[in-house]
Amino acid sequence: MFRSHVLVCGGTGCIATGSENIINALNEEIKKAGLENEVGVVRTGCFGLCSLGPVMMVHPEGCFYSAVDVKDIPEIVSEHLLKGRIVERLLYRETVEDGGIKSLNNTAFYKKQFRIALRNCGVINPESIDEYIGVDGYQALGNVLTSMSPEQVIQIVLDSGLRGRGGGGFPTGRKWDLARKLVPDADQKFVCCNADEGDPGAFMDRSILEGDPHALIEAMAIAGYAIGATMGYIYIRAEYPIAVKRLEIAIQQAKDYGLLGEDIFGSGFNFDLEIRLGAGAFVCGEETALMISIEGNRGEPRPRPPFPAEKGLFGKPTILNNVETYANIPQIILKGAEWFTSIGTEKSKGTKVFALGGKINNTGLVEIPMGMSLREVVYEIGGGIPDGKKFKAAQTGGPSGGCISVENLDIPIDYDNLISIGSMMGSGGLIVMDEDNCMVDIAKFFLEFTVDESCGKCTPCRIGTKRLFEMLEDITAGNGTMEDLDEMVELCEYIKNNSLCGLGQTAPNPVLSTYHYFKDEYIQHVRDKKCAAGICTELTQYIISADKCVGCTLCKKVCPVDAIVGEVKQKHVIDQSKCVKCGVCVDACKKFGAITKG
Amino acid sequence: MKTLAELQAIKEKMVGQMNVREGDKSVRVVVGMATCGIAAGARPVLQTFSEVVQKNNLSDVAVTQTGCIGLCQFEPIVEITKPGEEKVTYINMDADKAREVAEQHLMRGIIIAEYTVNNSTLVK
Repeated sequence: MFRSHVLVCGGTGCIATGSENIINALNEEIKKAGLENEVGVVRTGCFGLCSLGPVMMVHPEGCFYSAVDVKDIPEIVSEHLLKGRIVERLLYRETVEDGGIKSLNNTAFYKKQFRIALRNCGVINPESIDEYIGVDGYQALGNVLTSMSPEQVIQIVLDSGLRGRGGGGFPTGRKWDLARKLVPDADQKFVCCNADEGDPGAFMDRSILEGDPHALIEAMAIAGYAIGATMGYIYIRAEYPIAVKRLEIAIQQAKDYGLLGEDIFGSGFNFDLEIRLGAGAFVCGEETALMISIEGNRGEPRPRPPFPAEKGLFGKPTILNNVETYANIPQIILKGAEWFTSIGTEKSKGTKVFALGGKINNTGLVEIPMGMSLREVVYEIGGGIPDGKKFKAAQTGGPSGGCISVENLDIPIDYDNLISIGSMMGSGGLIVMDEDNCMVDIAKFFLEFTVDESCGKCTPCRIGTKRLFEMLEDITAGNGTMEDLDEMVELCEYIKNNSLCGLGQTAPNPVLSTYHYFKDEYIQHVRDKKCAAGICTELTQYIISADKCVGCTLCKKVCPVDAIVGEVKQKHVIDQSKCVKCGVCVDACKKFGAITKG
Repeated sequence: MKTLAELQAIKEKMVGQMNVREGDKSVRVVVGMATCGIAAGARPVLQTFSEVVQKNNLSDVAVTQTGCIGLCQFEPIVEITKPGEEKVTYINMDADKAREVAEQHLMRGIIIAEYTVNNSTLVK
């Protein structure tokens, strides 16, 4: 029994910054100090503060150390763990207050968060089923199987108002209800989990899988009981090796404990789970393509209806929910629908996890109650924009979504509000952009992604997105015309209305939304041949100011393509026909500031 | 797993341990763990308190360490603070005394006056 627990983040972010080495060093130093029976080291899931990694929490004091280096470990062990003297210089600066420390939950980053789906991430060891049980794990499954009917389970989920967290926002309870009732005499039904998180910049599901895999298993078993399925599949990207490993361990532990398998809790209910690895095709996040991929075929969508609730995996009634949606289920069962509906807005209940990225100080993972404004998320939880730059827009929903501009900073974030302003909740990627981002370039970036990921089955998506991308290339290269802009919008509408699946139907959203809010920028690219942010290189020039140039030749020396001409103590000039716009001359001329981008 | 009782048994085994990771506890047990305290045998004292608290699921008790409070000759020193009560300082502790104090003071509210700093026979 340990008197002190050291929780080290084992999420992908912190592992990338070296938390495995920290764990090894900790174990070694703890052993050296003879503390191995007193202090336990636990590898947990993501704490959320990925930008400060590697992070660790030391209990019982509740000290949160950030940006820890292996070199710091001997000091942490000999000072803190042995003598109880907190190593102040390593404390997360937000937790230091008037000589004392305040709880991590009271810092700006955590204070406004509300954790349901992430409640165990950074708290328990995801590879220990006992720890999960210690925090009420499998209690919901136990209650469901021993004292509730499937109809009652579905009713609670319906009453909770839970909507799909993968982005679509379809009411989860209705999905379950349809799967239970549509084909009453089905000999088999399936429960599937969509863990094919593919949006650029999104890592909510990964963090839940890595930090709390048993919550998913428990929820899928509950769903199986509710709809009458005995088999479930988790479709997960092969690019998430840590998540896959922890999920495998968790499934094995659940089987060993009889929480998966036959006659669970003596109720006569059987349920088994298997993992299916996706090979990284974005389209396999679409429900019909995902099921076809599980069946072992090439992942391509098919027209609906029939919907999966009627005819899904292997032609049987199937439900598919995303990881975050499932992660809410055990809590809803335990605490009741009323508790869940007390959180959020009228039509969007509960919380949403966002992966904060881009131009923001606290890059990481946050879970907020629905209805919070983007301003609170960016400026309070996210700590604002680095270097005092101005907020320009936030992109939600990845390649299917749109942007939220300054004028909508204060609208409450929920499914319907985001759609009303031309964006969408999406799975939860939230990329913040500042004045240095070019919105046409952003649209081009997402379009390039969908061109790559279009499966090619239907023409509007396969060829339409390609043509759309070429238009954006022309515009950013200064070859666009005003007529192109009209045609671009027309093509967007065509792709939206005629594509077979969600991938194509939503692919033009980043273009339409940036065009709606930043039309000036498009026009500037086309008419003035200028990119104000200086991102589109073909529309950007570097110019040496004759007033400021002293002829030091520094810029000439660093120019990789010899585009700068001029003698010592003479004014220098950039030959625009040779310049590749790499910008190294600007850095070289920092002292005089004679070179500017325009 | 065939019954809820089996689940409950695992949960009870774990709940005390998981409690170490919870904040917001009102009762504090602070063990002096500076060089003087450790030399006098504070480590088993700290460990004992921690074990008793976890085994008995005393969810409102935090067991932590502190540095030297300047009474080195009385180490190991343990201070127990309960809300609304005066701080009680136990001196010259060892693992057996620690168990006794934990079981009497923390669980039953009985202060063992004999071991406290106010006991004139100990403080000479």
